Amino acid sequence: MLTQRLLLSDRGGMVVLGLVVLTAILVPILNLVVPTSSPFYVSNFTVALLGKFLCFALLALSVDLIWGYCGILSLGHGAFFSLGGYGMGMYLMRQIGDRGVYGHPELMDFMVVLNWESLPWYWQGFDMFWFSLLMILLVPGLLALVFGWLAFRSRVTGVYFAIITQALTYALMLAFFRNEMGFGGNNGLNDFKEILGFDLAAKTTRVGLFVASAIALVLGYLACRYIVTSRMGRVIVSIRDAESRTRFCGYQVESYKLWLFVFSSMLAAIAGALYVPQVGIINPGEFSPLNSIEMVVWVATGGRGTLFGAIVGAFSVNYAKTFFTTFSPETWLFILGALFVLVTLVLPKGIVGLLGHVRRKGDKS
Amino acid sequence: MNPPCRFTPRHTLHAVLLWLMCFSALPLHASAQSPAAPAEARTGAVPAAQPSFEQLVQQLPGGSLRDRTATINQLSNQRDERLADIFNALLAGELLADKDTPPTIAIRSGEQLTDALTGTALSDSTGLRRIPVNNNLRTQLRGQVAQLHLNHSDTDKRYAAVQRFIRDGVNADTAALLHAHQELEESDRVQGAITTALAVYRLQSADSGIRQAAINELSGSLEQEARNALRGIAANDADPELRAAAAEAIESIQGRIGFYRFVENLFFGLSLGSVLLLAAIGLAITFGVMGVINMAHGELIMIGAYTTWGVQVLFPNLIEWSLLIAIPAAFLITALVGIAIERGVIRFLYGRPLETLLATFGLSLVLQQAVRSLFSPLNRSVSSPEWISGTLTINPVLSITYTRLYILIFGLLVFFALMLVMKRTALGLKVRAVSQNRAMARAVGVRSSWVDALTFGLGSGIAGVAGVALSQLTNVGPNLGQAYIIDSFMVVVFGGVGNLWGTLVSAMSLGLINNFLEPYAGAMLAKVLVLIMLILFIQKKPKGLFPQKGRAAAD
Repeated sequence: MLTQRLLLSDRGGMVVLGLVVLTAILVPILNLVVPTSSPFYVSNFTVALLGKFLCFALLALSVDLIWGYCGILSLGHGAFFSLGGYGMGMYLMRQIGDRGVYGHPELMDFMVVLNWESLPWYWQGFDMFWFSLLMILLVPGLLALVFGWLAFRSRVTGVYFAIITQALTYALMLAFFRNEMGFGGNNGLNDFKEILGFDLAAKTTRVGLFVASAIALVLGYLACRYIVTSRMGRVIVSIRDAESRTRFCGYQVESYKLWLFVFSSMLAAIAGALYVPQVGIINPGEFSPLNSIEMVVWVATGGRGTLFGAIVGAFSVNYAKTFFTTFSPETWLFILGALFVLVTLVLPKGIVGLLGHVRRKGDKS
Repeated sequence: MNPPCRFTPRHTLHAVLLWLMCFSALPLHASAQSPAAPAEARTGAVPAAQPSFEQLVQQLPGGSLRDRTATINQLSNQRDERLADIFNALLAGELLADKDTPPTIAIRSGEQLTDALTGTALSDSTGLRRIPVNNNLRTQLRGQVAQLHLNHSDTDKRYAAVQRFIRDGVNADTAALLHAHQELEESDRVQGAITTALAVYRLQSADSGIRQAAINELSGSLEQEARNALRGIAANDADPELRAAAAEAIESIQGRIGFYRFVENLFFGLSLGSVLLLAAIGLAITFGVMGVINMAHGELIMIGAYTTWGVQVLFPNLIEWSLLIAIPAAFLITALVGIAIERGVIRFLYGRPLETLLATFGLSLVLQQAVRSLFSPLNRSVSSPEWISGTLTINPVLSITYTRLYILIFGLLVFFALMLVMKRTALGLKVRAVSQNRAMARAVGVRSSWVDALTFGLGSGIAGVAGVALSQLTNVGPNLGQAYIIDSFMVVVFGGVGNLWGTLVSAMSLGLINNFLEPYAGAMLAKVLVLIMLILFIQKKPKGLFPQKGRAAAD
């Protein structure tokens, strides 16, 4: 019953998820078992890259859930992603222990530089993995709850919501740039050593993180799918299409929006937490408004309003970004900019919509 | 601030002439000298009782320290433009001489060596030794330099000279000198400084009555040195009554300083507000009146700033006029770019604000990268015309830069001009009609698509004009626009969409709040706090400070 609802009725989703699972199985084998000389060998670089893309796909999913299904455009989802990342970063920093440059048993290097005497209160507890995980979910969730409650209650919608979320992530960026905040300022958190006792530089750890990201993506997808196919999902879509009408029908529009927003922020935070150990650094630049708006473009390119479209978009845009920034960095911003314009003008349903269009044409003829 | 360029040619001419003189067999220095040079220094060939300026300078390295003192005294009687530089170099130990007869005297500044007499650059430093000075000589030199400055034609230099007197301690000699000079002085500011200096001198008097009078005189002074002298009295004077009087005087001075600091803060806040106003006012048109989110607005500002740079590159001789040329040029260029954006992209997206937002954001990336590829990712230097640079010193604690003052005035001018356009012209009428009820406006014969394009062009043109003003304040680079876009949106949203007066009030109040928070919280945190306050404010009043009322408000 549940399989029918979550998977079988969603052909595109099944294909995309199948591909994700296939990569999650094949890549580790091709990286670990196959010898380096073989043409089928997948390099460490590719593993890290694909792992990053998986995290971005999860992030795109969280954006699609609120924008594609509920019509809430958040230009500040990068904030939740980065907060999750910082949570994981703090755990990883505590794991360094006295192996830092200054060799202090408890304080981070940047705190020693700032002449701090002891660990600030908000760094307490992050030496425990379960506590860090809890915080990775709770802090962004709480921020989304408070922010969303304030915003939705006073019916801040559409463009206004987009702009104040952008201001939110901008404000957080400025705040995290300050050294006194105690998050490493400009340099952020980096130079991680190990996670749960596994060496982060080791091949197996990297593959493990890759598989974990794939699992998180599949689970996240199923959770989102569960939500949008539930009764709540129908209400959410109706809020997107006619908010006032839904309200007049007696639904508590604000609470639906609020819970969806909080869920989506936590999804983004998980993506951030998985992203940080794979790239090895988190700094305030992740909060920049440009990043948040790029996420929206992944979703728009893939096809908003279809969950697998978000995954397709995240992969294709980021693949293009990697390709172009390597071969001709000059052109990347031109292409990204043109993508924004083209997708909104010509492809309002994204790649997925285009494919569907082509298929329907094929059926007719 | 930098030396005015129009003097450069004359200096060069001098240098060249002097250089030629050095080679000529007959040292006819006088012909190359400035008109201020005294007549008796006409030629060095004639052995005279009064040695020439050149001879005196060349005497400096030789002899004992006592001889040098005498030479310096003789030199100071000669009014020569080069004297101040030579004394300053001697004071700093940067005056060098070699062992030739006559010796070459060189001034060293950093790595560069210049001949003290001819002003030409010297490449060879071999044989050059520092001319030694001792403390006595330094004190003498300092006094001489200050006196030279006291007779300078520039008010600022004279003022600085008096300040230096106060700082170095006024003695009977300098007091007499200042007293004599006070009668000749024209500037009120320098007069005031001299009064302070003399009062500071009288504070050292043995007579407590004189000291009391001096304290009274100083109690109105805002000079830093006056406060220091008063603090000395308040702490150390033998007479307790005087100590109390001095403390009271300090307190009243502190009160006045507090007031002027407040005025300064107020001015800087308004100045920041005017920058915000300029950046946001174009947006107020496109966003407020048309309901179009233009994320490329910041890039239009950037294009305006680059236009200023372009004007200065194209007409390097017209730097003084460059801003006045750049304002209409920037308006035209950005208005055309804006119309192109409207016709090319936004036209297809009316009624879909979120899509407009994304598309214009894409455009902003393209424009940024285009500027980066066309010019360079580095900042361009835009020079300021002379009339806009410099500071207006009102008193020792309050000074205002002309740039900020002009931008404040300019911002208000642009605002009122736009108001006039919106309220008094046919275009403004049509714009308001279309923004209130598009269908009805079309029904009575307004070509709405044409009005849309022109409105967008107007908003963009104002962004370009803002860019011209901003080029005088910040670095002109591809990222210029990004720095202002979020702030500008905040201003428009805070003020109330579709309300130009609201934009004015909100820009000014945001500028003031930011500026008054800064001393307590630091620049970054102040910005963060303002953003948080705004986010909270929008929750409370989603339609801004001055929401639109009536039918037009319905969306």
